[in-house]
Amino acid sequence: MDKEMKVLSYDYRMDTVRMIMSGGGGHIGGDMSEMEILMQLYLKEMNISPENQNDPNRDYFILSKGHAVESFYTILGHKGFYDLEDAIARFSHFGSEFIGHPNNVIPGVEMNSGSLGHGLPVAVGLAIAAKMDKRPSRVYVLMGDGELAEGSVWEGAMSGHNYNLDNLCAIVDRNHLQISGNTEDVMKQDDQAQRWAAFGWNVIKCDGNDFDALEDAFAKARAHKGDPTVIIADTVKGKGSPIMENKAGWHHHLPNQEEYEQIMKDLEAGKEAAINE
Amino acid sequence: MNKIPNRKVICEVLMEKAKDDKDIVVLCSDSRGSASLAAFFDAYPEQSVEVGIAEQDLVGISAGLAKAGKKPFAASPASFLSTRSFEQAKVDVAYSNTNVKLIGISGGISYGALGMSHHSAQDIASMAAVPNMRVYLPSDRHQTRKLTEALLQDEKPAYIRIGRNPVEDVYTEDNCPFEMDKATVLKEGKDVLLVAAGEMVRPALDAANILEKEGISATVLDMYCVKPLDKESVIRYAQQAKVVLTVEEHSPFGGLGSMVSQVVGEHCPRKVKNIALPDSHVITGTSKEVFDYYGMNGEGIAKTAKEFLA
Repeated sequence: MDKEMKVLSYDYRMDTVRMIMSGGGGHIGGDMSEMEILMQLYLKEMNISPENQNDPNRDYFILSKGHAVESFYTILGHKGFYDLEDAIARFSHFGSEFIGHPNNVIPGVEMNSGSLGHGLPVAVGLAIAAKMDKRPSRVYVLMGDGELAEGSVWEGAMSGHNYNLDNLCAIVDRNHLQISGNTEDVMKQDDQAQRWAAFGWNVIKCDGNDFDALEDAFAKARAHKGDPTVIIADTVKGKGSPIMENKAGWHHHLPNQEEYEQIMKDLEAGKEAAINE
Repeated sequence: MNKIPNRKVICEVLMEKAKDDKDIVVLCSDSRGSASLAAFFDAYPEQSVEVGIAEQDLVGISAGLAKAGKKPFAASPASFLSTRSFEQAKVDVAYSNTNVKLIGISGGISYGALGMSHHSAQDIASMAAVPNMRVYLPSDRHQTRKLTEALLQDEKPAYIRIGRNPVEDVYTEDNCPFEMDKATVLKEGKDVLLVAAGEMVRPALDAANILEKEGISATVLDMYCVKPLDKESVIRYAQQAKVVLTVEEHSPFGGLGSMVSQVVGEHCPRKVKNIALPDSHVITGTSKEVFDYYGMNGEGIAKTAKEFLA
């Protein structure tokens, strides 16, 4: 695995936790599960930077699971779209533009989200526009697994297939947990791969917390022609500290001081281990 | 009697402009026929997007197209567009500030006997309550043309409601004064102010003509721009009048009547009466039968105005 990325992932997680503590709330579980997906996209896969953010040929990203915004803000900050420490200091504070769901007055944020099930249709529109204009843009949209219960997701899935949008790549953060508990207990998902395949999508499954696996998955998605691709990325909710890993209660739990210290200790230890790997 | 419905005029304008503007895109949800947009789909297949019977997808895709620089016009029955995809209109269009024009076709009670599922007597209230969403109800084919041309010039979200059937002209091709977001003054008077929008403008003008014969003078404002409401004109003409009446093909709550009442109440208190559809299932019938039944025609509006003045 890319050692540098792995080391960075701990730094980014610590920044994300600091942002949540500063704002007095956030969706920490999903932030942690999606971290490697966002990092692989923004640091390796996508053609996007502060310099080309208005270039029509850029790649587009939509965070459809908008509640897990803190890791997104962290990555955009590191990427240079704005000053990360300023974002951390003002996150969710009075009058701040850094609110608890993506806000497209902030540089780097394409669309507002927060209501689940909206991202895929919007991504379909972006991908159709790129095809119409024969632009090289690729469009990425990240959804939660609980979000897949929204009917509008499947309207988007139908149209993505209908228009053969091979410039569109959806990623499902398959952490198996949603606010009320295990996704299979709340509303059965069975085999998501079969569902997407039945809708005509190219389906790739991978370990969503592993950079090598993600790199391979995105390369395969890029190479596939004629259909949109969905990457079902198996992840661990709350990844990075045992006190929150795979626990539904940490969907939007705000760590108390003791928990915060333990999380930061665990992340520091993880970083040390990654450095010495 | 005019035979061209407003929806057909929108198609004509878009077809004229699409020739030189490849960014104009029309989207339908299995509604190209009822929207009179089949001709556009035939002439410009590469600028047309069919989404099937999926209004949420319709509006979401439109927002994505707009984000990528396109000028999408999404047409779907107002009943579905303003309810099923309301959240997409709110979040993906208004809140995200994407240049999407939502065309609610067969609005109000246009679908007549098809019943309440197909009526949209709530769309002004819902759409106008969303920040950054504008709401327009053109009154006839000539104004629809001017409005569509104006909407192509801006890059902001808007909801436009039009009816299904041809409506009698209010204007002529050569005489259709139009200023964006300014009400059109059709008649000036001292006794009554009539403020109407959409298909109710013609009956309001008819009412003013009836009243005139009986010695009562009325101002008629064509408030096609329900939001942003032309407050200035409301205040100016309400100040000249003894009473104010509003007329709209909408629920009595949250529409043109409510908005005009707010302005009049705050700036120039007068008695205000809202003529609107009832807060109940609308009686079965064609638009004309329904409007006649509820007194939403020239005679009915004139009668209500006289009683209100007395």
